[in-house]
Amino acid sequence: MDLRFTDEDIAFRRELREFFAANLPEALRRKLEQGGKAEKHELVAWTRILNARGWATPHWPVEWGGTGWSPVQQMIFRDELQQFPAPEPLSFGVSMVAPVIFTFGSEAQKKRFLPRIANLDDWWCQGFSEPGAGSDLASLKTTARRDGDFYIVNGQKTWTTLAQYADWIFVLARTDPSAKKQKGISFLLIDMTTPGVTRRPIQLIDGSVEVNEIFFDDVRVPVENLVGEENKGWDYAKFLLANERNGQARVGLSKARLNRIRQLAAAAPGGGAPMRDNAAFRRKLAWLEIEARALEMTVLRVVCSESDEHGQPNPLSSILKLRGSELQQATTELLMDVVGSFALVDVAEAQPAPPDVEWAHGAAATYFNLRKLSIYGGANEIQRSIIAKSILGL
Amino acid sequence: MNFDLSEEQRLLRDNVERLLAKTYDFETRRKIAAGPEGFSRAAWARYADMGLLGLPFAEEDGGFGGGPVETMLVMECFGRALPLEPYFATAILSGALLRRAAAAELRATLVPLIGEGKLLLAFAHYEAQSRYLLHSIATTARREGDAYRIDGEKCLVLGGAEADKFLISARLSGATHSRDGIGLFLVDSSTPGLSRRSYRTQDGERAAALSFAALSVPASALICDDAAGAIDAAFDEALAALCAEAVGAMDEALKLTVDYLKTRVQFRVPLGSFQALQHRAADIYVALEQARSMTLFAVMGLSESDPHRRRTAALAAKARINESALFVGEQAVQLHGGIGMTMEYKLGHLFKRLTTIRRLFADTDHCLDQLAESESLLAAP
Ligand SMILES: Cc1cc2nc3c(=O)[nH]c(=O)nc-3n(C[C@H](O)[C@H](O)[C@H](O)COP(=O)(O)OP(=O)(O)OC[C@H]3O[C@@H](n4cnc5c(N)ncnc54)[C@H](O)[C@@H]3O)c2cc1C
Repeated sequence: MDLRFTDEDIAFRRELREFFAANLPEALRRKLEQGGKAEKHELVAWTRILNARGWATPHWPVEWGGTGWSPVQQMIFRDELQQFPAPEPLSFGVSMVAPVIFTFGSEAQKKRFLPRIANLDDWWCQGFSEPGAGSDLASLKTTARRDGDFYIVNGQKTWTTLAQYADWIFVLARTDPSAKKQKGISFLLIDMTTPGVTRRPIQLIDGSVEVNEIFFDDVRVPVENLVGEENKGWDYAKFLLANERNGQARVGLSKARLNRIRQLAAAAPGGGAPMRDNAAFRRKLAWLEIEARALEMTVLRVVCSESDEHGQPNPLSSILKLRGSELQQATTELLMDVVGSFALVDVAEAQPAPPDVEWAHGAAATYFNLRKLSIYGGANEIQRSIIAKSILGL
Repeated sequence: MNFDLSEEQRLLRDNVERLLAKTYDFETRRKIAAGPEGFSRAAWARYADMGLLGLPFAEEDGGFGGGPVETMLVMECFGRALPLEPYFATAILSGALLRRAAAAELRATLVPLIGEGKLLLAFAHYEAQSRYLLHSIATTARREGDAYRIDGEKCLVLGGAEADKFLISARLSGATHSRDGIGLFLVDSSTPGLSRRSYRTQDGERAAALSFAALSVPASALICDDAAGAIDAAFDEALAALCAEAVGAMDEALKLTVDYLKTRVQFRVPLGSFQALQHRAADIYVALEQARSMTLFAVMGLSESDPHRRRTAALAAKARINESALFVGEQAVQLHGGIGMTMEYKLGHLFKRLTTIRRLFADTDHCLDQLAESESLLAAP
């Protein structure tokens, strides 16, 4: 057992920071720090900077543009991106669909899609959930009927994140209507410009338009866009969801938010003295800092055991989504505490923001927005059931 | 960064686990607890044979050169079985003090004795007014010719009931809470002027209250005249060890709880088929694993050269362990129903030990207040 980062790890961190500082526009960094999101053009530009440096897809196989970093280095990379903060490459592409393609896809699919994903030439979105299929995803109803060299897709997807920007969508659709539930589902790649695809934006409680409904109306999808085997899509989806869960700890984001809270507390009015001097607030902040360290250690335990290649995924990984989402949510609550009633101003409606509330900008929106974390990617209740069943054997 | 155990570490853990499984099941523990001393000399001799008593000491002092990881492994095993011998008091807490405060010649005489199981030590430090402040010492030591005269009272001296010798902290100078002027004395328990009142603690272990009335000790009994740094470091090690013990106890409590949920039938089904209980069990698991992670964090912190960073890591871990211990202990009892309430069943004893650990040396509020005073825990990479 050796519980230390190596000197190379520490030097690596420094190298990353220096690169981010030299290459990420400061205005974008500030925006992210305040809870804002990167615009499409900003994310595209940043992804291309990373890609040019060879860093857009560290976890991919080296032949397809992976860096060959150790798992700990990959963890450090995510941590530094999140803490800086710099935008993370679009997960729907690099972390969700790409691993499915390079693991189960055809050579032609790999050649066609992977380089464009890495460079964010194609913006991908995830078409899994439907109005009637949420936690019980396998009850999905969207169909894909084979017709010569095409599938004819009909149905509706919902909660599709950032589909307003998307060029492509990966979809679970039923190819064998007679098969039971998990069987008979296939994994399709669909060009969003295909006739019959329409989108309707949905506004979320933070005021943002982040998700969409997608309607498929006799959409013709070439058979070559089927990934892997027909009717095996559920296996690929499970593989994808497990990857999705792993990336959800996002300790770096929590750390960055806690650091911001610490800064704000030095000036935030706390009734006679800054919030920094409020004993109850200080205990809460200290507690969340501990929680961040605890989760970080758990991430390291998972990451290091992955490198063992014992085969079995570490069961601890199910904690990452659960605690990662809870911690992030707790940090947004504390951010609300620190800005106090200034959080009440709806800054989106009051542009430019009144100067006395400018510093509180983003607190409420972030708080409302991040309630999603315990709902998507397998709701936290579902995660608890997974832990109880697969780890505890209940 | 590597969490895998080395071959020797695995062997150590397996040996301790096997020893306790063979010689220290719950029934045996009950008998030992009811015995005259409340712990087992035979068990102590077995720890000596296995090299556990000398484990935390350097080889040049006559020990076995174990580090914080080895201690963590042993303490986790102890947490599962809850043996009653004063291992923590002698080998861990007093041991850490000796390593840091005693001169080489003294270590050379004491460490082999400890290692062979011939010397029980306890650290008489805590005082009624101290609460969780490590340097709050009202006991005084005044030089009188070639002797020191010690006056004062110590309470909750862990392992104090059976200790052959005490390490006593006493003030050579300075105000009660001052960091400066704390001396450390090594005193035989039979010295006139030292009176001891022993009692059992809630977890079934033993402690003592000591009072010193004109206790006269030779000047050579003063082993360190500025002990604050050594005391801090010793408590950091002790906290990490306690965290590991708590992880062992929580692990065992979860295991018992899951077994119970699988076997206890009500409403014609095993309790474990109810989702409310499944989710509670999942939360217990999460609390346990986060505690385990923070124990590793504390162990990692012990290798920090900066004492402040080391302290911060230990307190952060202790806070997390305290809260996990509360949740795991209480919920494990709850999920057991009535059986969780009885002295005849192991779970209640795990709960009592966890409850004790929560109150030892630093409660959660104390940890949080200390952390809030210092540089952010997130400041380092
Ligand atoms: C902001 C946002 C973005 C999203 N982005 C995408 C996306 O890009 N692509 C995509 O495909 N999907 C996306 N989703 C959908 C997300 O995956 C689903 O919301 C999620 O699977 C939950 O489904 P549901 O909303 O239908 O809730 P339901 O399944 O109806 O659940 C409601 C509540 O009941 C609980 N519950 C459900 N079943 C059980 C059970 N068996 N036991 C105990 N409790 C249970 C849930 O935990 C939850 O608390 C997104 C969702 C949100 C909120």
